[in-house]
Amino acid sequence: MTPQESGRPLVGRSVPRREDRRLVSGRGRFVDDIALPGMLHAQFVRSTVAHGEIMSLDLSAVRRVPGVVAAFSADDLAIGDITAQLARPRSQFVPTAMPVLARDKVRYVGEPLAIVVGLDAYAAEDGLEAARVEYAPLPPVLGEETALADDAVLVHDEAARNTLVDVSLFATDGIDDIFDAAHRVVEVDVTTGRQNALPLETRGAVAHWDDREEQLLLQTCTQVPHQVRTVASRCLRLDERAVRVVVPDMGGGFGQKCVVGREEIAAAAAALRLGRPVKWIEDRKDALSASFLAREQHYRARAAFDTDGRILALDADVVCDMGAYSCYPFTAGIEPLMASAEMPGVYKVPAYRVRGRAITTNKAPTAPYRGVSRPQYVMVVERLFERAARELGLDPVEIRRRNVITDFPYTGVNDITYDPGSYLESLNLCERVVRDEGWYDTRTAAAAEGRHIGIGYACFSERTGYGSSAFAQRKMQVVPGFDISEVRMDTSGAVTVTTGTMSHGQSHETTMAQIVADALGLDIARVRLHQGDTDRVTYGWGTFASRSITVGGSAVRLAAERLGDKLRAIAAALWDTEPEQVELAGGQVCRRGGDGARDVLTHQEIAEVAYLRADLLPKDIEPGLTATATFDVFNDGTFSNATHGVVVELHQDTGQVEILRYVCVEDCGVAIHPQVVEGQCRGGIAQGIAGALYEEVTYDAAGEPSATSFMDYKVPTAQEIPEVSVHHLETPCAFTATGAKGAGEGGTIGAPAAVLNAVNDALRPTGTELDHTPITPQTVHRALNPEPVP
Amino acid sequence: MTDDTLMTPREPQLIALNVNGEQHEVITEARRTLVDVLRHELRLTGTHVGCEHGICGACTVLVDDRPVRACLMFAAQAEGARIRTVESLADGNRLSDLQRAFGEHHALQCGFCTPGFLMLAEGFLAERPEATKEEIREVVAANMCRCTGYQTIVEAIDACATARRRACARACPSKED
Ligand code: FES
Ligand code: FES
Repeated sequence: MTPQESGRPLVGRSVPRREDRRLVSGRGRFVDDIALPGMLHAQFVRSTVAHGEIMSLDLSAVRRVPGVVAAFSADDLAIGDITAQLARPRSQFVPTAMPVLARDKVRYVGEPLAIVVGLDAYAAEDGLEAARVEYAPLPPVLGEETALADDAVLVHDEAARNTLVDVSLFATDGIDDIFDAAHRVVEVDVTTGRQNALPLETRGAVAHWDDREEQLLLQTCTQVPHQVRTVASRCLRLDERAVRVVVPDMGGGFGQKCVVGREEIAAAAAALRLGRPVKWIEDRKDALSASFLAREQHYRARAAFDTDGRILALDADVVCDMGAYSCYPFTAGIEPLMASAEMPGVYKVPAYRVRGRAITTNKAPTAPYRGVSRPQYVMVVERLFERAARELGLDPVEIRRRNVITDFPYTGVNDITYDPGSYLESLNLCERVVRDEGWYDTRTAAAAEGRHIGIGYACFSERTGYGSSAFAQRKMQVVPGFDISEVRMDTSGAVTVTTGTMSHGQSHETTMAQIVADALGLDIARVRLHQGDTDRVTYGWGTFASRSITVGGSAVRLAAERLGDKLRAIAAALWDTEPEQVELAGGQVCRRGGDGARDVLTHQEIAEVAYLRADLLPKDIEPGLTATATFDVFNDGTFSNATHGVVVELHQDTGQVEILRYVCVEDCGVAIHPQVVEGQCRGGIAQGIAGALYEEVTYDAAGEPSATSFMDYKVPTAQEIPEVSVHHLETPCAFTATGAKGAGEGGTIGAPAAVLNAVNDALRPTGTELDHTPITPQTVHRALNPEPVP
Repeated sequence: MTDDTLMTPREPQLIALNVNGEQHEVITEARRTLVDVLRHELRLTGTHVGCEHGICGACTVLVDDRPVRACLMFAAQAEGARIRTVESLADGNRLSDLQRAFGEHHALQCGFCTPGFLMLAEGFLAERPEATKEEIREVVAANMCRCTGYQTIVEAIDACATARRRACARACPSKED
């Protein structure tokens, strides 16, 4: 008897992952694994200058290169632009058209100018070298100061002072007086480096026109299949029906693939022109330098405190360097608006004012990346508390205890209502684990030996169940949020469920099936998930913002329950009893209280009646077994929370930051699959540590990106990422059908703040405090060895 | 270029490759890497490409039992060698102990890096069956994973090594555990 047959629910248990068998066998199908008869291969001619007018683009020599089949410029393809919009007046948001191929101007190194199609990828690459491009270079705009200068060169003529978004929000009345009268005001000036989300599988697509279906089939590596369909159909001037987007297995995304890429649209356009399948696989050089980046932000923030260490007011100015274009569908508003709306986080902040700006520069454009601004603003707020604790002589954990929200639901000064969480409990538990393991004593002992050990925490919440209303607050012109699911049972009693979310490592095939199997009392092996196919899935907003289980999983649950109702109704009719007397459990349909053999049916038996013996159905029950449900979150969202605790040692001679211990206490409500939740935490933390200590894309004075290979972009390996112990708390969510809150981003949100605080704790004797990530060995070394080395 | 007596990288040549115990003949350009020939000519798409410059390890295969970056080798260089890819690990539908350990320990999320780690571990454990967890972590550091944070990969390989040692100790009780 399997555990499930015993009637125990599957939700809450770490059942074997259903995606594993094919993935460990090498039988996954990723986009580059697709091969179609007659398939051609595309590569892109990319700009070598950061900013300039295109004087001429000559592809004639390209077309003569052996193996090259065609080469198209923007003029050759003549397809529509990708333009992301916010429904904010012009002074607050300036839309920028992103042409699929650059037309008149180039705005970053790596911007695609032409698509070259060859018999294979090698031939297409040969073709690239023969492209002749002449530019009239313009001065590159590469930093905040240059971008915002009065006489700044403009990246987009329509964006004065290179500002795409400029919002001032939540200015509490009398906030300046609060600062003036406060016992203590602390300030920070925090900057974070530009990062690459870096899915291990680079972006890619295979496109071809299917004559029989009269459809463009675009198989692409995206987190948002329906949104890619919309953009492809508009750019190519096709009905949406005439575009089918299918997503095969995906090797990660982390946000970089939740926006529409120009290259996938260009590949589709080329396939239509040539009447043959075209494949584009991004190489790592392009993925590092010319793909969507994220995270480059600057915060000037101050906080007022009373004598007890209670925060009285928070005032912040946020500038996000969004690079050359606004991404679709989220726009350049995603980072500054997220930061502005949510900065007070888990703390009771009575007065708040924020200005958030997105600026455009001659760097690769940005997209959301796991955590979106929260890694940064959490770092800022946590730094403010650490600094206040220092100045007021309080313990850094104690000052947090005095300020975290403890009474729920809590409506903050940012007009957000937080659903119940375990902010204080997670903080207390995290500190206790670190203390019980003796790290405070270790720190003291180390200090006596002249070693530098520091302990740092970060306490945060993460809005996960973004429904339509939460996105509407952001004034997006396209408003994501809901999800639709359909559950269909066939005559054998097996089930197919659809979701509009798209797993790229989050185990949806397993977790969604757990939810369905429980709702229908069905063996999990009889449930199969369809995702990532716009023809099979009615509609969906894809996977981002940790929404899959909260929103998608809730739609799955509701649809499955509806189907369960129908099964019960049919069984009740057959038994001539009430549906309430029928139970779906343990792979069977049973009549409650019954004890004879006649009182048990299989799902298959019911399904056969529904399809093959519809004559037996009562008049009010339609034949067939399908059910659909839509789910949306109508309040301000659901909030997962966590506390991270980190112990680091700084090495005097090398400036290296070594992580000695990492403790994570997380609360994502009901954990559908605890092992998967832990996996999300650990993976997220690894990416957070990467941002805190290792990864950064910098640009030289000409706008050349520094990181074009893994030699320059330091992705941490198993030597740099420590073991992480994960402790679970569970505050079930009242707003989702599963009680779950999202778990995808938390690790990445907490890690940079916790690591930075730990480093600063270790640096305490030196008097230096660091406020920039990544924290390089050079800065640590300089702090530890202030005397110039002879 | 055409009168060049040296073979140009574009000139097709016939090469013979022994992959997973099978002999294959492929006509391919001299410049094609081993991973491209495995994936696109032999359609063994289990081996992945993450960087094409030898750092990420997604393309790791065994060449004469040693883990090798298949993106750093021309296919022609592998003639005469025994090549093993991830497709060789399972026995029909029966997953190997190493593959099962990866599943049990949730050592994969998106699974893109997984074939590379499996082949890395397969080669390493064959050479050092007595590897400690620390040694395993060092070896795991040769490849990149963007999803898992590595811990579960280390645990999976360690658990597999431990189980193999136990099984071996049972089979040959004279040897030490
Ligand atoms: S693809 Fe070979 S090491 Fe990355
Ligand atoms: S599991 Fe996704 S890269 Fe390793």
